Amino acid sequence: MSKSNFTRRGLLKTSAVAGAGLALPTIFTAQSAHAFTNEPTGGTVTLGFNVPQTGPYADEGADELRAYQLAVEHLNGGGDGGMLNTFSSKALDGTGILGKKVEYVTGDTQTKSDAARASAKSMIEKDGAIMITGGSSSGVAVAVQALCQEAGVIFMAGLTHSNDTTGKDKKANGFRHFFNSYMSGAALAPVLANAYGNDRKAYHLTADYNWGYTTEEAVRASTEAMGWETVAAVKTPLTQTDFSSYIAPVLQSGADTLVLNHYGGNMVNSLTNAVQFGLRDKQVNGKDFQIVVPLYSRLMAKGAGANVKGIFGSTNWHWSLQDEGSKAFVKSFGTKYGFPPSQAAHTTYVQTLLYADAVQRAGSFAPCAVAEALEDYEFDGLGNGKTLYRGADHQCFKDVLVVKGKENPTSEFDLLEIVEVTPVEQVTYAPDHPQMGGPEATLGACNNGA
Amino acid sequence: MEAIILQILNGLDKGSAYALIALGLTLIFGTLGVVNFAHGALFMIGAFCAVTFSRILTLSHTVVDETQTDFLGNPLKVDVPYLHDLFGQATGDAIIDWAVPLSILFTVPVMMFVGYAMERGLIKHFYNRPHADQILVTFGLAIVLQEVIKYFYGANPIPTPAPQAFAGSLDFGAMLGFDPNLIIYPYWRIIYFIFSAIIIGAVFAFLQYTTFGMVVRAGMADRETVGLLGINIDKRFTIMFGLAAAVAGLAGVMYTPINSPNYHMGMDFLVLSFVVVVVGGMGSLPGAVLAGFLLGILESFASMREVLEILPGLNQIIIYLVAIIILLTRPRGLMGRKGVMED
Amino acid sequence: MLGLNKKDLQLMLIVTGLTMLAPFILNPFPESSGMAQFNAGYPDLMQRFVIFGIFAIGFNLLFGLTGYLSFGHAAFLGVGSYGAIWMMKLVSLNVIPAIFMGVIVAGIFSVAVGYICLRRSGIYFSILTLAFAQMSYALAYSVLTPITGGETGLQIKSTDRPIFSSLEEGETGRANLFGMDMRQSFELNIGDWLFTFNAGYYIAAIVMLIAFYVSIRIFRSPFGLMLRAIKSNQTRMSYTGLNPRPHTLAAFVISGMYAGLAGGLLVAMDTQVGPERMFWTASGEVVLMTILGGVGTLIGPVLGAGVIKYMENILSKINKDVLHEWFAFMPDGLEDFIVFLVYPFIGKGWHLTLGILFMLVVIFLPGGLVEGGQRIGKWIKNRGKAKDTGGSTEPAE
Repeated sequence: MSKSNFTRRGLLKTSAVAGAGLALPTIFTAQSAHAFTNEPTGGTVTLGFNVPQTGPYADEGADELRAYQLAVEHLNGGGDGGMLNTFSSKALDGTGILGKKVEYVTGDTQTKSDAARASAKSMIEKDGAIMITGGSSSGVAVAVQALCQEAGVIFMAGLTHSNDTTGKDKKANGFRHFFNSYMSGAALAPVLANAYGNDRKAYHLTADYNWGYTTEEAVRASTEAMGWETVAAVKTPLTQTDFSSYIAPVLQSGADTLVLNHYGGNMVNSLTNAVQFGLRDKQVNGKDFQIVVPLYSRLMAKGAGANVKGIFGSTNWHWSLQDEGSKAFVKSFGTKYGFPPSQAAHTTYVQTLLYADAVQRAGSFAPCAVAEALEDYEFDGLGNGKTLYRGADHQCFKDVLVVKGKENPTSEFDLLEIVEVTPVEQVTYAPDHPQMGGPEATLGACNNGA
Repeated sequence: MEAIILQILNGLDKGSAYALIALGLTLIFGTLGVVNFAHGALFMIGAFCAVTFSRILTLSHTVVDETQTDFLGNPLKVDVPYLHDLFGQATGDAIIDWAVPLSILFTVPVMMFVGYAMERGLIKHFYNRPHADQILVTFGLAIVLQEVIKYFYGANPIPTPAPQAFAGSLDFGAMLGFDPNLIIYPYWRIIYFIFSAIIIGAVFAFLQYTTFGMVVRAGMADRETVGLLGINIDKRFTIMFGLAAAVAGLAGVMYTPINSPNYHMGMDFLVLSFVVVVVGGMGSLPGAVLAGFLLGILESFASMREVLEILPGLNQIIIYLVAIIILLTRPRGLMGRKGVMED
Repeated sequence: MLGLNKKDLQLMLIVTGLTMLAPFILNPFPESSGMAQFNAGYPDLMQRFVIFGIFAIGFNLLFGLTGYLSFGHAAFLGVGSYGAIWMMKLVSLNVIPAIFMGVIVAGIFSVAVGYICLRRSGIYFSILTLAFAQMSYALAYSVLTPITGGETGLQIKSTDRPIFSSLEEGETGRANLFGMDMRQSFELNIGDWLFTFNAGYYIAAIVMLIAFYVSIRIFRSPFGLMLRAIKSNQTRMSYTGLNPRPHTLAAFVISGMYAGLAGGLLVAMDTQVGPERMFWTASGEVVLMTILGGVGTLIGPVLGAGVIKYMENILSKINKDVLHEWFAFMPDGLEDFIVFLVYPFIGKGWHLTLGILFMLVVIFLPGGLVEGGQRIGKWIKNRGKAKDTGGSTEPAE
C-alpha cells in the first residue's frame, strides 16, 4: 500500500509495459521511487499550459498558447531557436530539458479560479505535469499558485499584474515574470508629470476588485508624489459594460485627467465611452483634458480602435523593441504565425524558457532545486534587458515600458509606440513594501510534494 | 442639480437599450408564449451584422508598399479597399465611415430571416412544451450562436466607430444656461435614444393601428378563438418573431459605436433584460418599456459618487435590489397580468 | 430494507456500486493508449462528479418536486463554501466541522432568501432568487472583499492558525479527517491500467450516498407527496385546508442545505473559494444539469452533473496536437481535413459541443438522459419479446 498525494501518469505513459502485467496484478509502491511530485522518469517531461480558452480573454489565451508551443518547439531543438540564441544563459542546448523531450498538455481556465484549479489539478493528477503556467487574470494566478504550492509543483505565472501575486499572496513555488501595479505606477508617474505637468487633478475610475484596488493605490501613490491631486476615485462593477454614468460626472468634478484602472473588456468600453463623451477635446483648469490607462495590452488597444491614440499607459513588453532578444522572438513568432506576438505571448514564452533553464542549471526537476536556481538569478537577452528574479518575493525586476497609442498606425498590430523605457532602479521596491502586503506576507517554504 | 440632470440623461440612454431588448423579449413572450433565452444572442448577432457589413465594405486587395516595412522587416503590404477603386479614396472612405448607419439596411433583412428560421426551425416545436424546456433549448441555442460568432470573429471586442460626423458631444448645459462642459452628452447616444424612441413608437403603432397588429393582439389575448375565426394566426406569429428579432438586431447595430461588440455581449444583457421584463410584468409591452427606463435611470443614480460614498457597492446591486422591492410590493411587476407565468 | 421498496433499493445499490467502483469504471482505457485522454478516474474530477451530484440532487428536491425554479442556487453553494473555509481558517482543519458549518450557513441564508422569494411563484420567483444570487456575487467580488477575499478568494495560508490544530511554525494547514489528508491516495497498477483510490473522493462519495438516500426517502415520504401536490395544483391544495407555504419553504431550505453541503465539500477537497462560484451562470449550470439528466427523477441530476463536468474537464483539454496524434494513421490530406472538422468542437470549442448537446437532449429527450436510458431499456426489452413471439423457447425473466 502506498500513500502519495498526486499520481504520476506521465511516467506510466512512457514506461508502461502494456498487457504483460494483466495476468499478474502488481500493486506498486510509489513513495520509494519518487522524491517529488510527478518526477519525470521516462524520456519525456510534461508541462501544463493552463490558459483561458473560453470567455472574454480567450484571444489572449490563444496567443499565450501559441507562444508556449513555440517555446516547446525551441526547447526541443526545432525552429530557429528564437530567444535561446540571445539568452544570456547557455545551459539549454535544444535537446529538451535535462535531455528529456518536452511535451505539454493544455487546459481551459475560463478565467475562473475554480475552473482554473480544476484544470491545473487534472494536469497534475492525470497528466503528470511537473510545472503549471499561464493564465490571464490575477484571481486565477493567485488561486493556481496556491494550488501548485500545495501540490508541490512549480507555477510560472502568465499575465497577472496585481501586486498580490508576488505581494500579499506570494508563494514559494510561484514565480512571476510579468510586471505589477506598483511598477506601472512608478514608471508612469514621471512620464505623466513630464508630459502633463505637476499640478494635475486626477479622477480615478477603478474596477471594483483586487487588481483594480492595487493599481489605483499604486498610481495614486506615485502621481501624488509628483504633486498631482486625486479629486475622486470611483469604483465600477466588473460586470459593467456601459460606463457613461461614471464618465459623465468627471468634468463636473473639476478634474483634468482621467485615470482608467480597468483591464480587458472594461478598459475597452470605458475608454471608448470616455472618448465618445469628447473628454479629450475639452479644456479644464486651462489645460487639455487627458486620459491615462495604467495597464495597456495590444489586444485591448485593438478592441478600443482609434480611441487609444495619444493615450499613455504601461506595458511589459512590445514587439517593436529593438534589442536582439525581442527581434529574435518576433521573428520566430511572426514567421510561424504571421503576426507579431502580444505581451502575454512574450511573458509566457520567457517563463517557459526561464523554467527550463533553471531546471537545466539545477540539474533536477525537483521544485525546491528549481526555485533555488531561479531565486536571485540575473539574466539578459529575453527582451527586457537585464533582469533579476528576486529571491525575496519571486518577482522579476526589469525595465518597464511606458507606451502611447500611436497616431498613425501602419497596421492593425502597430497600435502602440514606446515613449520611454523606465530603468529598473526606478521601479524597484522593498520586498516588505506596504503595497505588497507588508512584513506579514511571506513566501513560506518551498514544497516538493510527494 | 447638474449632476442629477446628467444622470437622468444617462439613465434615459441606458434605459433605451434595456427597453429595446425587453420589448423584443416581451413581443415573443406575449405572442408566442415562449421564453426566449436566445434573445440576447439576437442582439449580439445584430451587432455583428454591423461588423460583417463594415468588413464587406472594407474588402481589400493588398498592395506592396516598398517604402515601408512590416514587423518582420519585409516590405509592408497595405490593404486597399475595393471601394477606393470604385469611388475614389475620398468617397470610399466616407462610405466606410458611415458603415454602422448603413448596415441597418443589411441588418433588417438578415435578422428577419434569422428570426423566421429560428421560429420555423426550432421554436415552433416548443409551443406546447413546459417553459423550462423552452428556456433550456433557447439557452443551448444562445450558447451555440455565440460560440459560432466567436469561432469566426474571435473573443476580443471589435471597434466599430460611429461616423466622424457624430463624434464628440453636445453641450446641453450651455443650452440650458449652465456653465459650459457641465452637462455634455455624446451625439451618438442622443441618436441612440431617439432611434429607440422611434422603434418603440413604431412597434406600438403597428400593433395598435394596423389590421395585422389587431389580429396579433387578439391572438395574444385568445389564440384559439382567433384561430376558429379562420385566421392563420401561426403565420402572423412567425412574422412577429421575425419582427422581434429585427428589433433586437437593430438595438445591437446601433449599440456597436457605444461599446465595441464582442461575442458575449448578448449574455451580458440577457439577465438584465429578463429582470427588466419581469419587473415590467410578463407579457406587458408598456411595462417592459417603463421598467427599462426606470431601471436605467436608477442605475445611473446609484453610480453617482455622492451616493457611493454613503452606500458603497450600491451600484453593484441596485438593479436587483429594485427588482426585489418591486416584485414584493407589486406581485406581477409594474404592469403584469394575473396568471401569466405564475405556475 | 432501509425503509426502501424493492425498486428503490435496487437503484440505491446500483448507485452505491457505481460510486464505490468509480476509479475502475472511469478509467477504462490503458494509460499508454491514445484513448487515455478520455479517462476521468483521477481524484479531482471524481470528487467534482459526486459533489456536483449532491448539488443537483438538492436542486432537484426543490425543482423536481415543487416545480419552483430557483435561478440563484449557486449562492447557497457559495456561502456554504465561505462558511466552511472560515471554519478551517479559524477553528479546525478537520473537514467535518467545516462541512457542518457550510450546511448551517447555507441553511440560514436559504431561510432568509426563501422566506422572501416564496411569496411569489413562477418566473417571479425565479427572478427573485436570481436577484439575491447576483447581489451575493457582486458584493462578494467587491465591497465584501475583507470577508470574502474578493476576486482572489480565500485560501488557507501559512499564517492561519486554527484553534484546534497543532501546526508547526510556517506550516500551511491542510484539510483532513482526524489526521487523514484529503489528498491521500492508494494506487493500484494492473498492467497498463492505473487506478487511484483517493481518500477525499471516498469521503465525498459516502456523503453523496447519504444525500442520495435522504433524497429517496423525501421523494417517497408524505412530505414529498405534499410537495408534488404543490407542483400539480397549489390552489386545490389550499382549498383542502393545507397551507403550501411552510412545505415549500422547508423544501427550499433543505435544497439550500444540500447546496451548502456541496459547497462545504468543495472546500474540504480543495481549500479555495472564489466568488465566481455564485455567478448566475453557475446557478444556470445546476439547472442544466438537472434538466439534462431528467427533472424529478432520482438519478437524473447526478447523471447530468457527471456529463457536464466531464465535458468541462475532459473535452476542454483536447488540443489540436492531440487530434493530429489520433488521426495520424490517415493520409495527410484526409487527416488535416478531419482535424479541421473536429477541431471547432473540442478544446476551446467545448462550449459549442455543450450547447449542441443541450439542444439535442431537450428536443429529442424531454425527460433528459434518464428518458434516453428508459427508451433504450424498452427497446431492448421489446426486441427480446419480439424474439419470444418468434418461437424462442427461452424463458422470460
